Amino acid sequence: MAQPFRTSRGGRIDRARPIRFSFNGRTVEGYHGDTVASALLANGIHLVGRSFKYHRPRGILSHGPDEPSALLSVDRGPGRVDPNNRASVVEARDGLKTLSQNHWPSLEVDVGEVNDLLSPVFVAGFYYKTFMWPRKFWDKVYEPVIRAAAGLGKAPVAADPDRYANRHAHCDVLVVGAGPAGLAAALAAARTGKRVILADEGPEPGGSLLHDLTSQVDGRPAAVWLAETLTDLDARENVILLPRTTAFGYYNHNHVALAERVTDHLPAGGGQAPRERLWQVRAGEVVLAGGAHERPLVFSDNDRPGVMLAESVRVFANRYGVLPGRRIVFATTGASAYRAALDAKAAGAEVTLVDLRLEADCGAEPAELRAAGIEVLTGHTVLGAKGRKRVTGLVVAPIGPEGRIGASRLLSCDCVGMSGGWTPAVHLFSQSRGKLVYEPGLDAFVPGTSAQAERSAGAAKGTYDLAACLAEGDAAGAEAAGSQERRALAATPTATGFQPARVMPTNADPTKVRAFVDFQNDVTAKDIKLAVREGFHSIEHVKRYTTTGMATDQGKTSNMNALGIVAGQLDKTLPGVGTTTFRPPYTPVTFGTLVGPARHALFDPIRTTPIHGWAEAHGALFENVALWRRAWYFPKPGEDLHAAVARECKAVREGVGIFDASTLGKIEIVGPDAAEFMNRMYINPWAKLEPGRCRYGLMLKEDGYILDDGVVARVSPECFHVTTTTGGAARVLAHMEDYLQTEWHDLDVFLTSTTEQWAVIALQGPKARAVIEPLVDGIDLSPQAFPHMAMRSGTICGVPTRLFRVSFTGELGFEINVPSDQALAVWEAIMEAGRPHGITPYGTETMHVLRAEKGYIIVGQETDGTVTPDDVGLAGMIAKAKKDFVGKRSLARPDVVAKGRKQLIGLVTDDPKVVLDEGAQIVADPGQPIPMRMLGHVTSSYWSANCNRSIALALVADGRDLMGRTLHVTTPDGFTTATVAEPVFLDPKGERINA
Amino acid sequence: MLEVRYRTARTLPLGRPVAPALPRGGILIQPAEAEARFSLRLRGPLSPGGFPLDRPINTVTGDDRRWVARLGPDEWLIGMPEGEADLLAEAAAADLRGRAHSLVDISHRNVGIDVTGALAADVLNAGCPLDLGDAAFPPGSATRTLLGKAEIVLIRHAGAVPSYRVECWRSFATYVHGFLQEAAIAAQPVERVPAR
Amino acid sequence: MLLIACPHCGNRPETEFRCGGQAHIVRPVDPAALDDQSWSEHLFVRSNPRGVHAERWCHSHGCGRWFNALRDTVSDRFLETYPAGAQPTRSSEITSPEVPATVTQSTVTQARA
Repeated sequence: MAQPFRTSRGGRIDRARPIRFSFNGRTVEGYHGDTVASALLANGIHLVGRSFKYHRPRGILSHGPDEPSALLSVDRGPGRVDPNNRASVVEARDGLKTLSQNHWPSLEVDVGEVNDLLSPVFVAGFYYKTFMWPRKFWDKVYEPVIRAAAGLGKAPVAADPDRYANRHAHCDVLVVGAGPAGLAAALAAARTGKRVILADEGPEPGGSLLHDLTSQVDGRPAAVWLAETLTDLDARENVILLPRTTAFGYYNHNHVALAERVTDHLPAGGGQAPRERLWQVRAGEVVLAGGAHERPLVFSDNDRPGVMLAESVRVFANRYGVLPGRRIVFATTGASAYRAALDAKAAGAEVTLVDLRLEADCGAEPAELRAAGIEVLTGHTVLGAKGRKRVTGLVVAPIGPEGRIGASRLLSCDCVGMSGGWTPAVHLFSQSRGKLVYEPGLDAFVPGTSAQAERSAGAAKGTYDLAACLAEGDAAGAEAAGSQERRALAATPTATGFQPARVMPTNADPTKVRAFVDFQNDVTAKDIKLAVREGFHSIEHVKRYTTTGMATDQGKTSNMNALGIVAGQLDKTLPGVGTTTFRPPYTPVTFGTLVGPARHALFDPIRTTPIHGWAEAHGALFENVALWRRAWYFPKPGEDLHAAVARECKAVREGVGIFDASTLGKIEIVGPDAAEFMNRMYINPWAKLEPGRCRYGLMLKEDGYILDDGVVARVSPECFHVTTTTGGAARVLAHMEDYLQTEWHDLDVFLTSTTEQWAVIALQGPKARAVIEPLVDGIDLSPQAFPHMAMRSGTICGVPTRLFRVSFTGELGFEINVPSDQALAVWEAIMEAGRPHGITPYGTETMHVLRAEKGYIIVGQETDGTVTPDDVGLAGMIAKAKKDFVGKRSLARPDVVAKGRKQLIGLVTDDPKVVLDEGAQIVADPGQPIPMRMLGHVTSSYWSANCNRSIALALVADGRDLMGRTLHVTTPDGFTTATVAEPVFLDPKGERINA
Repeated sequence: MLEVRYRTARTLPLGRPVAPALPRGGILIQPAEAEARFSLRLRGPLSPGGFPLDRPINTVTGDDRRWVARLGPDEWLIGMPEGEADLLAEAAAADLRGRAHSLVDISHRNVGIDVTGALAADVLNAGCPLDLGDAAFPPGSATRTLLGKAEIVLIRHAGAVPSYRVECWRSFATYVHGFLQEAAIAAQPVERVPAR
Repeated sequence: MLLIACPHCGNRPETEFRCGGQAHIVRPVDPAALDDQSWSEHLFVRSNPRGVHAERWCHSHGCGRWFNALRDTVSDRFLETYPAGAQPTRSSEITSPEVPATVTQSTVTQARA
């Protein structure tokens, strides 16, 4: 018979729309509107998982997000396997595949259950105590075995194919939770016309009103008021209503993160729509109306499938039309379970209610139940549950006012609804850094002083009466929106109040009792008591030692019971013990939601130059430099990196090479004080640099270390064209702006980034001039008219250019600056003109080798943020006459002028074929005892085709004093020898550059 | 300083826009034509000459073809059709003669993308953290901000349908355009199970 | 994510800004006149109070302007923002690094953690 536990009518499910999904391969039928939990229960399935540590059979405890036990893997296809989903919140739909977790070989027969028999040894801190020795066994033996045996679901292995979205939103009032308080708040705020966002984690807004069949609101049945209110809110332009949306993180300055589940509930998967959307809401005011969580009772074997929360029984019966059992015993310490018992009875169950409270401590509710024909046992404790894979009975006994326990009685049943009172969901309030206060009348921590612009309302604040929730919500919403208006809503009174019981009184041997506090982590009352006895008195320590309150549910059902037990053991009050810290997320959030669209091409911007497409088409391989993708080398068929770079290097020195240098940072520095500004920023002198001339500039941080370098051209008396390194462009501009704005208000100078305005085509080699000569107009290219380190404006191929005669290779060279959108046309024209000269495109690898042959440094390779100009042999560039520049004073610091600093030198390996490793350490004597004294390290090392040998640059302590000395350099196989030399390997007189 | 002559056709990183199109599904994301743009920097009293420089920070004046956006106390971004660049440079030079200022051609640094349609703000808010509501960011607003991991300038022009210009640096254009297209897909409304 | 009031642009999200550390440290007019000790203090020594701190911020992805702010490092609340070069109106509330401020405790254990 399908769905034997489905009631004949009622509930908010759509009986006209049946659905089918699978659970462990078995087809389960349900209706549209079911959760996986409600559909399983409709089919009499209570056993849905095995517990974390003891592999005990576990069922469905709750109907909501606090569910600790019923964790399923949901399989929506390849890459869409999602572990640890709470069956109580996953919406059932056609085609869904669900699987239980943490068992082998099957849910019914689980070998791991042996752990349960061994439970006396698996006490709190078991792992810490047992697997201490030998230490080396931990990584190889203990940890893998423990990880295999314990745990929750399996992480998916395939890439997630779904789309995830991100959305920044602003509103005046954000309301979290659409129960009675939240709805009243949203309504009150919406009436003012302010922008309101109302987010609710459920598929249907309404909270407790969705399963309240008896209350009246404003003279109408609660469900009618709910429907009218939602229609009202939905029709308002200023309201965004977000179902299936969990507010999971409350951050600084009312920045609240929401996770919206957009398409998981749709059978078709939603097409192109995102699976989930992260809402980053910045709210003027926040109303927290997230409700409360019911507490389980702690008694022996309270974790048997079929034992659930009392209110959850009510929800399954009223909202989903499912009776979780035919014979239900309610066990409670408070009033709210009486309503659940009445509703279960009305739905057709046989019901008994057991209340720990003495008759005299109860209100009118026992009489009301008895009038309905329900047996009520007040002043009774629960000694334990019977049954293993499904509860079969509850053992109860009377308890006298003095605590004496009388004769026990077995109440047979197939379902238990338990209620140990309520805990307000103060998670978001606490995340907002609000201060919690303990309210003894509620036995709960409730929101106290706010730290941000927020207020709580309803059960989240410990208010459980329906009319009071509505009034509180109305007031909170109005206040948040700055309105004086209040609208009172009459409602049926709610029976509230409970007597806190940490552990149900029992006469059993306490060492034999398995009474669970934290169902998800298999933590019993005994474990917590043991931890306290062993000296863990801080609640944070107890949490970590016993694991109570950890994992996916973060102890929503268990925290107050655990806290109460610790307080009892320490003979302290609850506020004396305090709570553990609430941290985001409130409920688990997928990685996809946090990542959003930032994957693949959108993970990070990939910056490419105007020449990129050409380079791709001509077979270039690319390397990442900052966010840029630069052409690395251009292999011809059959060439590897080594062969291609050797060919490119020779081509430049013997003919002409073309290189895309567009990624160089560029800054246009303009203003009457431009030269003075340059003087202060760089170590070089700038006042006398004539327009049309270039200078290699070096820039320090205030601590005296090299920040960046680059060629600078003076375009006009009041305009400099500055270049920076590729990676340093943004850093240098920010550094300059900082000084200009905060230190030197007196200077009239303006900085504009032109990095991307100008593409740069470097043409290098003895034939460079011959290639561009026919293309250039308005510039005399002769060596006399246009010497090395000059800059001219003119046109090339009809395109305006700033033509630099500069060289980073030591050859005759030009860097042709042209507007980016025209660079490709110019590049192609140069390639055409260069063909008769054997023009060769080269990449960054060849650029590196060529500059190393000349000993030119690269900032970030020869420097590492602790290198001064003198360290790299560039002290001669410092303008002696300048009184000050950024970093000058630091060049006189004691440690900067001390002997022993590492200095840039060349290294010539004794075996010319050996190419040293960059980063390799250098020592004077490999025979010295370890730890050896390191003299320095290799900064650059290449095979040089032009020198027909390896070359290397290194930073070595007092290296310039060691010319000709043999040093020892580490290799993967030991040491090799190299001789210290000047850091120039080719054309030491620098004649080629002036050709 | 100014080298605003365009004798060679420009190769735009996102290609040339196709013929004027209408928003589909509430959104149109269209790379802009090759345009001219200048960064103007100027301190001191902002006497209105030929240029509307004295408007509040984070506003734009003009229309969607010729506009001046004030991005900071001493910074303006100016956009116009390509052919008018030389004229602007001359006019500015005349207008600001004798004043310390900087007018730099950044036509090729910037890439424009027009985002139009009822969903435009939602699409932009996928990566832009600002409040783009009518009160906080009405037509006539302009500011530098972020879109995902890229810096942009966001301008809202007046128009019958919400109409925004996104300006970014050339090498970020592929990312920004891709981000907007992805956001446009994700912003499409999904069937909502009606509340009962 | 903090919300920071740029003096030119109003409230903007933290991601548009860069923090530049302690404010009101003026670069000496003549660094050469400082002895090594004073110069190293200027370079490296900063206060790190638990309480109200004067900081430099730059609206780098906005108007690009540097400005100053008073921020409570415990609550992350901004007391005020003001232009570079100006003095805060509430300078008396800046926490001296030598005298720790009284800290508001969210819960007993949060303060202990």
